[in-house]
Amino acid sequence: MKYLRQHKWLYIFLIPGFLYLLIFKYAPMFGIAIAFKDFNFVRGIWGSDWIGFDNFRYLVASDHFFRVLRNSLLLSLYQIVWGFPAPIVVALMLNEIRHMLFKKVTQTVLYLPHFISWVVLAGIVSNFLSPSTGLFNFVVSFFGFEKIPFLLKPEYFRTIIVSAEVWKEVGWGTIIYLAAMTGVDPTLYESATIDGASRLQKIRYITLPGISATIVILLLLKLGNILDNGFEQVYLLYNPMTYETGDVFETYTYRIGLQDGRLSYATAVGLFKSAVGFVLIIAANFAARRISGKSIW
Amino acid sequence: MNPRRVEWFDVINYTCIVLVSIAMLYPFVNVFAVSVSSYSAYVENPMRIWPGQFTLSAYAEILKHPVLLSSYLNTIIVTVSGVFFGLLLYILTAYPLSKKHLKGRAIFMILIIFTMLFNGGLIPNYYLMRSLGLLDTLAALVLPLLFSGFSLILMKTFMEHIPEELEEAARMDGASDPFILFRIVVPLSKPIIATLCLFQAVSYWNNFYNSIIYIRSIDKWTLMLFLREIIYGANMMQIAGGGDNFAEKNNIPPETLQYATLMIVMIPILLVYPFLQKYFVKGIMLGSVKG
Repeated sequence: MKYLRQHKWLYIFLIPGFLYLLIFKYAPMFGIAIAFKDFNFVRGIWGSDWIGFDNFRYLVASDHFFRVLRNSLLLSLYQIVWGFPAPIVVALMLNEIRHMLFKKVTQTVLYLPHFISWVVLAGIVSNFLSPSTGLFNFVVSFFGFEKIPFLLKPEYFRTIIVSAEVWKEVGWGTIIYLAAMTGVDPTLYESATIDGASRLQKIRYITLPGISATIVILLLLKLGNILDNGFEQVYLLYNPMTYETGDVFETYTYRIGLQDGRLSYATAVGLFKSAVGFVLIIAANFAARRISGKSIW
Repeated sequence: MNPRRVEWFDVINYTCIVLVSIAMLYPFVNVFAVSVSSYSAYVENPMRIWPGQFTLSAYAEILKHPVLLSSYLNTIIVTVSGVFFGLLLYILTAYPLSKKHLKGRAIFMILIIFTMLFNGGLIPNYYLMRSLGLLDTLAALVLPLLFSGFSLILMKTFMEHIPEELEEAARMDGASDPFILFRIVVPLSKPIIATLCLFQAVSYWNNFYNSIIYIRSIDKWTLMLFLREIIYGANMMQIAGGGDNFAEKNNIPPETLQYATLMIVMIPILLVYPFLQKYFVKGIMLGSVKG
């Protein structure tokens, strides 16, 4: 009691933050009950009838669900294959630059796309790819090829999303690696120089091992988030022609839930994603702790 | 040591970095150049990086758009209140949690971290806003993004590094916790506050998801909804068969108009960003590198 009185302010400070969490983060978790009910807004959560696991039975029987699952996983996989190594390579290159002003300017330029919204970027992308006036098709027709309506072709969808995302986030992703590189012991470089190591050798044998723990943690974190594709980028660039390869959990839940009004089913799909995501991220953290001795939080 | 080899390494390295930087800058330069070019100059060469037949008519036209002003205003209101209330929450919550002696700290941290790992999903969140009567209000845009575990942990970690002695000295002089927090800890936390200000501002300015879920009436549109309408009203929504007729009624604008809108939406961020860069890089590094 004495402790509480002495530190009463500290606890008072915590009140608004925890009220916020309770209302806006924890209350919706109870709303998950919607997934097990035949829910409608008029009767509310408690007034609607329980239907048990019907929605989940429907979900595993649905072709759409598996298409969405496959698209989510594939998009994330491509994202990891292309988007994960890119910032490491750029960070290694930036780290080798000795000219400070040049480094600062290029870093400013590289971080910039991160601050652009997906609406802006998707706007740029769809204009660049436009079959009538877009600059990509300007080039395509310059070389005498037929113009391509890129955004209507399912086979291009993943390439477009992944390229846009890599462009947007590659520079931003370097920050964490550059931070890790500042932690590498400089005497290692000095002794390597004396031993006659080339710049490439120093990168290969000193810098890369020096940031390997960071690389492992971030990779695991990415794998833990493999069901998250982001709503905005997909929603803004897909259309019924590209649902086949483009539809992912976030967009599917939105479409069936808020546009088609199948609230219980949408909640069940959302719950599936949250639950699997939760397990994956816990596993990723466990693995990170095992491998590098560090955990994500 | 082989000086020539070192030189080659630098040549290749600098060239690569310059090429990557150009790839980052090109879309911005192109969008700007097209936005101040005439439509015919654009069609003739859409790849331009230099204005052709310089004109500001696209800007003049878009500024006349009845929804632009209200969307801009709404975005500013949402962003400013999100930054203000969000930072207040972060500061108030992070300070007690940065105290290692705080009883119950572990429970609080678990409660916060759990929200980073699991969430109710779209429909339960929508239902919450509906139950609170916040659908189609600007508050529904502010509240969901107010407070994130990730930013809280950044700030908490930063505050843990502030020397305890400073606070002890103030306490000796009879200062209370609120005084210590706002007069000593907050001024010392400037880098992390600036960083979170920027993060918070960008996430509100750029957010499209919450707008599309919670906002219905045009007078409550944010910039991102406006921009989507200008751009996709023309190309995407017709193909998709969805959307409303807003763009059609205002007869579909040509690309220069869309590019001018893109510029108008980006300008505030492009203006403040270079000034804040030194803070966020420092803030993130100090907040994340703890070992």
